[in-house]
Amino acid sequence: MSESFEPKIVAFVCTYCTYAGADLAGTSRLKYAPNVRIVRLPCTGRISPMFILKALQKGADSVLVSGCHPGDCHFAAGNYHARRRWTVFRALLAFTGIPEERIRFSWVSAAEGAKFADLINEITEETKKLGPFTQYQELQKAIETQSSY
Amino acid sequence: MAKIGVFVCHCGENIASNVDTANLVRKVSEHPGVEVCAEYKYFCSDPGQETVKRAIRENGLTGVVVAACSPRMHETTFRKACAEAGLNPYMLEMANIREHCSWVHSDKEKATEKAIEITRSLVEKVKRNNNLKPISVPVTRRALVIGGGIAGIQAALDIAGAGREVILVEREPSIGGHMSQLSETFPTLDCSQCILTPRMVEAIQHPNIKVLTYSEVEEVDGYIGNFKAKIRKKSRYVDIDKCTGCGDCIQKCPVKKVPSEFECGLGNRTAIYTPFAQAVPNVPVIDTTRCTYFKNGKCKICQKTCQIENCIDFGMQDTFEEYEVGAIVVATGFQIQDTTLYGEYGYGRYKDVITGLSFERLASASGPTSGVIKRPSDGKEPETIVFIQCAGSRDPSKGVRYCSKICCMYTAKHAMLYAHKNHDGRSRIFYMDIRAAGKGYDEFTRRAIEEDGAEYLRGRVSKLYEENGKLIVRGVDSLLGKPVEIAADMVVLATAIVPQPDAREFAKRIGIGYDEYGFYNEAHMKLRPVETATAGIYLCGACQSPKDIPDSVAQASAAAAKVLGLFSREQLEREPVVASVSDATCAGCFGCVMACPYNAIDVRDINDRNGNLIKQVADVNPGLCQGCGTCVTFCRSNSIDLAGFTENQIFAEIMAL
Repeated sequence: MSESFEPKIVAFVCTYCTYAGADLAGTSRLKYAPNVRIVRLPCTGRISPMFILKALQKGADSVLVSGCHPGDCHFAAGNYHARRRWTVFRALLAFTGIPEERIRFSWVSAAEGAKFADLINEITEETKKLGPFTQYQELQKAIETQSSY
Repeated sequence: MAKIGVFVCHCGENIASNVDTANLVRKVSEHPGVEVCAEYKYFCSDPGQETVKRAIRENGLTGVVVAACSPRMHETTFRKACAEAGLNPYMLEMANIREHCSWVHSDKEKATEKAIEITRSLVEKVKRNNNLKPISVPVTRRALVIGGGIAGIQAALDIAGAGREVILVEREPSIGGHMSQLSETFPTLDCSQCILTPRMVEAIQHPNIKVLTYSEVEEVDGYIGNFKAKIRKKSRYVDIDKCTGCGDCIQKCPVKKVPSEFECGLGNRTAIYTPFAQAVPNVPVIDTTRCTYFKNGKCKICQKTCQIENCIDFGMQDTFEEYEVGAIVVATGFQIQDTTLYGEYGYGRYKDVITGLSFERLASASGPTSGVIKRPSDGKEPETIVFIQCAGSRDPSKGVRYCSKICCMYTAKHAMLYAHKNHDGRSRIFYMDIRAAGKGYDEFTRRAIEEDGAEYLRGRVSKLYEENGKLIVRGVDSLLGKPVEIAADMVVLATAIVPQPDAREFAKRIGIGYDEYGFYNEAHMKLRPVETATAGIYLCGACQSPKDIPDSVAQASAAAAKVLGLFSREQLEREPVVASVSDATCAGCFGCVMACPYNAIDVRDINDRNGNLIKQVADVNPGLCQGCGTCVTFCRSNSIDLAGFTENQIFAEIMAL
């Protein structure tokens, strides 16, 4: 992989914990990789697997899903739903051929600014190692060539 | 056709120094649908907001994106500005290019690129925002106070004094908490019980306060203004309404050697008991683990002694009561650390190594020794007492990194009380620092040293062992740089204050956050010290962090003020972020009903004109819905959507990234 590859990471986060954690990283002036784009949702329970797939399709090289720690969900149980959904979704990913490493699931609380910064740096590094995620584009091309027959 | 206004804030230099705002404005202006794009030094200032308002009016904007700080900071400010300019306040999105961008990235070029993408994606979202109206919900003006220590009592009295009803729940048989165990209080040395018991009596007699002792909160449902609390009233086996508190049953109980929890094991109680003489309510409970009847099926002496018919009832069961409350004050207090963690101090091995709380009981006139300080081992009056401060606090190796705050003061108090009771006694205090910040506190510790002869030794104790009836304390005086060895008669450990053992489990049950130790989290350490992150639940006392009495009382009154502020309104306005169901497509699988953590979704029948059932659909109660969106993700037929975070909006946001 060329040195200049800058991955794009889309992070789906809940507003109560991880979004606030990212805010804290900001107010603490912690520096982290600029590769992440945050999509704010009320709760990890709102995060549909379709969002993740859409992000990958639109050019994200990695996706992060992060919310409140188990037991700390502002909405009591949304993060448990997200966790269960992720377990099922992971199996589906393996079936579709999307490498599991492209998607990270984590808990970052509103008090864990440093954890958020570290997490983003870690994912950025890992994604750099994995290289760009091109399977979707390749698939699209393949479909286009097929349809031209 | 969407007409979006984008306002890029410099936030002084906070954003502008790290993001090329001119470039950002240029790029975003080219984005389809963007009508106006402006930059300014401080959009949150009055002239800044005026600019936004004017732009809305002059261009007939249909949506606004403010690229500035976090929405947690200024979303409300700009929503208000939108509303004042005639735009629905929910047609606003904040692009967070400060906390999530300029402050965290040092590469200006990349930060600018990121800021452009964030802003564009929110332009796409705001194009799909809908006009929303805040939801009004009624407020039940009754408060639940959990914990009947001094903090809970104070909060209850303040709320009740303002004319609102209070349910005060205490799990022990009596209210009073730890303060009732103390002998004298610093820095005035007034007797703890003398100042506390009138408050306890006031609470139980107050017409607006319902005190439920020996009760625990089992479950809390609902949300601000509309909580439902389920309370378990543990069976006392004594009818609280009939009992006169004469105490005959306690006198006659044959089981007399139960170590009293209230006396820290230094005194005994009976199997049917009140924790202490001034207990409120003065109604005994039966300890079923100790009672002869519960163990062997024979005895019932207390019942035979009792003059009142059916007052003692061995068949009594736990009962449950449900209360509707609008606000909850959590005042569940603390415990002291298990001192057996400190093998080197010999707690548990040597009877004369005691905790500070035990010393309170020894010094208390109502205590097991009637206020005479005696060694627990042989009842002799000690001639030398060694006090070890920070016995647990400020020690990461024992899991307590924090300062327990009250120990410096109470140790100075103990040395004083000891000097007052035993004029020849020596108190030697091992300390790390003397932390005496507070009104009259430093004067107090100076008094202990200068007038009452407390000898402070700066250093730690490394070892403690028994020799010829004395406790040999070995440590170091770090100011002299020399080891010291003291032959003491008694050792008092200033044990760390820790959260209640079930603090975490309880926090989960009622839905509030806690820190790494288990102390409850306030919404903001500096600016919202008595609120939790859960609206309508407030904190006071040592459940939040170690606190002395004045701080606990002050915080309790602050929590009460917050509750009364909430109760000053009949209706509450709340964010309209709620789910709604499309009747046309709902297939009636009711997966959403299962997914909803708030039981906010019901089944609704759709009937034709003749009353015949056409189909059943899910129906969201907007009053109960908290807007987490779990149901939306669950819905197989895409029939539920969440206002403010619709599928349409989120996909647009992703597509634009």
